[in-house]
Amino acid sequence: MATEHSRSVARLMMAPAVVLLLGWMLVPLTMTLYFSFKKYLPLRGGDLGWVGFDNYVRFVSSSSFWPAVQATLMIVGGVLVITVVLGILLAMLLDQPMWGQGVVRILVIAPFFVMPTVSALVWKNMFMDPVNGLLAHLWRFFGAEPISWLSEASMTSIIMIVSWQWLPFATLILLTAIQSLDSEQLEAAEMDGAPVLKRFYHIILPHLSRAITIVILIQTIFLLSIFAEIFVTTGGAFGTRTLTYLIFQRVLESQNVGLGSAGGVYAIILANIVAIFLMRIVGKNLDA
Amino acid sequence: MARAVTTRRKSLNTALAWAVGLLIFFPILWTILTSFKTEAQAIASPPLFLNFDWTLENYAIVQERSDYMRFLWNSVIIAGGSTILGVIIAVPAAWAMAFVPSKRTKDILLWMLSTKMLPAVGVLYPIYLLFIRLGLLDTRGGLVVVLMLINLPIIVWMLYTYFREIPGEILEAARMDGATLKEEILYVLTPMAIPGIASTVLLNFILAWNEAFWTLNLTAVDAAPLTAFIASYSSPEGLFFAKLSAASTMAIAPILILGWFSQKQLVRGLTFGAVK
Repeated sequence: MATEHSRSVARLMMAPAVVLLLGWMLVPLTMTLYFSFKKYLPLRGGDLGWVGFDNYVRFVSSSSFWPAVQATLMIVGGVLVITVVLGILLAMLLDQPMWGQGVVRILVIAPFFVMPTVSALVWKNMFMDPVNGLLAHLWRFFGAEPISWLSEASMTSIIMIVSWQWLPFATLILLTAIQSLDSEQLEAAEMDGAPVLKRFYHIILPHLSRAITIVILIQTIFLLSIFAEIFVTTGGAFGTRTLTYLIFQRVLESQNVGLGSAGGVYAIILANIVAIFLMRIVGKNLDA
Repeated sequence: MARAVTTRRKSLNTALAWAVGLLIFFPILWTILTSFKTEAQAIASPPLFLNFDWTLENYAIVQERSDYMRFLWNSVIIAGGSTILGVIIAVPAAWAMAFVPSKRTKDILLWMLSTKMLPAVGVLYPIYLLFIRLGLLDTRGGLVVVLMLINLPIIVWMLYTYFREIPGEILEAARMDGATLKEEILYVLTPMAIPGIASTVLLNFILAWNEAFWTLNLTAVDAAPLTAFIASYSSPEGLFFAKLSAASTMAIAPILILGWFSQKQLVRGLTFGAVK
């Protein structure tokens, strides 16, 4: 049993981590809140006083706000649909008996380890370049006119690149979940003559529901803040300016810190809404 | 009983899985292949797959022109430093939570997780400003601290889930045998905890290596790691496919190899123990 002494030792052991994270959370957060209520232009006059909720109103009413929301939702939604659907199919395929399963697993997981700037640049130049890109060669081979991917189909291109990066994550987690499925249950259903689709809907999908939820929540949090993929491909042009990128531009490119900070507060609120759901699931798991 | 599978079905599965696997891996394979071509061969039409003259000159040019080793060294220091520092801070915390749990342990763990959800862009300017004021902009030390802080919740969580699997009875048995707290930690717990700590180190090293928001925004020249090195190829150098490929291959090769070792821990680490 834990004694009073061991409890105070435990508190001491936790202290550095708790204090550091508390500081990491509170200091910048307070500063962001503080700036968000100020007109603050570091390169054009500095601190120009309090403006109340002006920045919050201006951020939302600026002409780039709704397109940014739309771009964010399209990227997050598009990538989620692609990675979850393909992830389920791929996980089911990898769960089947086959030769060289370990090697295939490695091939499928590999994109996850490629740093975002590399995958964005490789896709942008070697695949999506309208003249020398591999996709252009492929299009020409079939007699079609090559596409300028990142300008004509910018959103599709970004969704493709990001999906390629996150498909391994979804697949790996769903595969882990599938492998914990009781195979006897499936066999029984198979023997009873339940068709493949029925088995999928009534046994596999319900079993995966928790893993799918977790994939969706974790990916959403990461996808809301993708940055490098846009930074090195379109630089926010052609309708790919997400909320994250818009805030980045306000803060560092146009140095309008007050406005950017108000945007930052919106981003924090948005992320927290998603986070609450994730924490509930994770919290339940802790009790078990 | 294992399901009886016909050889035909197994062959079919194998063919399909390999085809899909190779398709997903293809961009990486293509990058590696292209890195050994000359610039002319890299943009040849139709594209050359294996029938080209293999050359290493791109690697030499990339190293010469952009001093790859310096960026690599920065990546190693930043990813390694932040991981080691994080583990040093997280081990005692995770240890205390796993072995001396209190009513608040769960709340503290969830709160730590919530700090991970803080979108980086929301605190970009404060951190940027603090870095300028403290003279940390474009220093490796500054990035070590920031990356340590953003990964600390994951490190604590992973260690916690590993430590929790160490049976408490073993500790009691050691105590019965008269082991002191120091002996208990040194001879009983540490050997059992090392695999978990190793997996944690590996995964966090990878995450820190690939981190591309803070490393791009807080470095310029001196402390820039490989993420920034590659971003500098954005344009117009990016149009030199062979050199871009050589640079990319050098940036991802170390982590691809480490990643393959860590794939089993990946699930646990990235789902905070919710999927095992």
